[in-house]
Amino acid sequence: MSPETVALAVAMAVAAGLVGCFAVMRRMALSADALSHVALPGIGVALALHVHPLAGAVAMLFFGALLVWALEDRARLATETIIGVVFSAALAVGSMITSGEDLIEALVGGGGALSRLEVAFGLIAATAVVSFILKEKHALVVALVSPDIARTAGVDLRRLNLLYLLMFALTIALGLRYLGVLLMGSLIIIPAATAKHLSNNLNQMLTVAVVIAVATTVVGSGLALWLHRATGPVIVALAAGCFLLAFLHRP
Amino acid sequence: MHDTAGRPKNVLEVNDLAIRFGRTEIFSRLSFTVPEGAALAIIGPNGSGKTVLLRALIGAIPFEGTLHWAPDVRLGYVPQKLDIARDVPITGFDFLRARAALSRTSNAAAFEMLTAVGLPVEAGAQPIGALSGGQFQRLLVAFALVGGPNVLLLDEPTAGVDEPGQERLNELIHRLQQDRGLTVFLISHDLSVVYRHATTVLCLGRERHWCGPPKDILTPDRLHEIYGAPIAFHVHEP
Repeated sequence: MSPETVALAVAMAVAAGLVGCFAVMRRMALSADALSHVALPGIGVALALHVHPLAGAVAMLFFGALLVWALEDRARLATETIIGVVFSAALAVGSMITSGEDLIEALVGGGGALSRLEVAFGLIAATAVVSFILKEKHALVVALVSPDIARTAGVDLRRLNLLYLLMFALTIALGLRYLGVLLMGSLIIIPAATAKHLSNNLNQMLTVAVVIAVATTVVGSGLALWLHRATGPVIVALAAGCFLLAFLHRP
Repeated sequence: MHDTAGRPKNVLEVNDLAIRFGRTEIFSRLSFTVPEGAALAIIGPNGSGKTVLLRALIGAIPFEGTLHWAPDVRLGYVPQKLDIARDVPITGFDFLRARAALSRTSNAAAFEMLTAVGLPVEAGAQPIGALSGGQFQRLLVAFALVGGPNVLLLDEPTAGVDEPGQERLNELIHRLQQDRGLTVFLISHDLSVVYRHATTVLCLGRERHWCGPPKDILTPDRLHEIYGAPIAFHVHEP
């Protein structure tokens, strides 16, 4: 693995750990997973048009984030149904227009040399996500406990939710190379869920989630290379192992 | 602050307010003003729209009519019972620290509010899901006080709090209103507290609304009319 690959993987994992904590606490684990699927048709169209697949993925993910944002104010049940239908449909359409090696790679990650552009995009996006979470941590906490209280504390909830969802979409885009559209949602959710189980306060949770996400990503990528397997499944298997251990350790 | 005629200025002016959820009208034709430093008690039977009114005042619900806050208000809000996820690792300190950061107050000043509402400081280190209903309620009041609000909106702030705790919170709210000149909006079912502490009572009835001093609103006949049943309440004279 080249130093850029490792640096990018670590930056991606830090972002995933942080974003995941709020996704888990906001109880959006399911929509998080579904949202990542929407990247697939974007990748398919980009490949067909000979554009960088990442550009297609980011465009579709931002569209998905906007859709979730627009639906959030409606009834909860309707939102989940719509997300389930739209994002599964995206997976279906995406699978039809992408084929062979490209499809497998898009689904579970891995492959290809990193371009300079990709490294630059990755590092900038990861920095944006991490700074957003650290800067808006307080507003996110208050909004989590009570949106009404957040409102009276001067938080612009619509803006905060939109930015959070865009950062979430960006994090998924960051991880596509390593985990693919099927598994990236898991790297956001599993370390955070494990951390939630092990922590007594917010900073502890953020720290533990980042440590687990980074450790499983680095170790998983190395292990995948050694075993000649796709990176995504190995990373997620490791993360799930951490989750189980945490549950056994502290029921 | 006073206007040129020496009267306290109004913190809030509400004109012809109406709120509907779909086709259901919660209330309509509601007009009232609240002068700075007032203690406004909002009473009325269940379903008369007390909580809805408070939520409209903080901008959480769309409404018809007009509603004007004075430009310099800083709101502190205590919502009615919150359903929080029990397993979230957010402590009272995390919560207060977050509020302090949003209002650029020091953490120490925010943590002092725990003592003000009668919570032991250790309670701040516990995840909020581990607090009892009454302790959590006190934490919400402490939270509302961080950042030096000049208007408090309280939706049954003492619900689920034990008797001495209720006394303490009611006294604290009363003191803030009296000594620091805070304007207080209080939804309460405890008519004796309303009688003792409110300067004005806004009563949301099923057919119409009343607004006036406690002596005029809290009469046996009026209460009978509002609640549709005779109400007796005990007034603790000081």
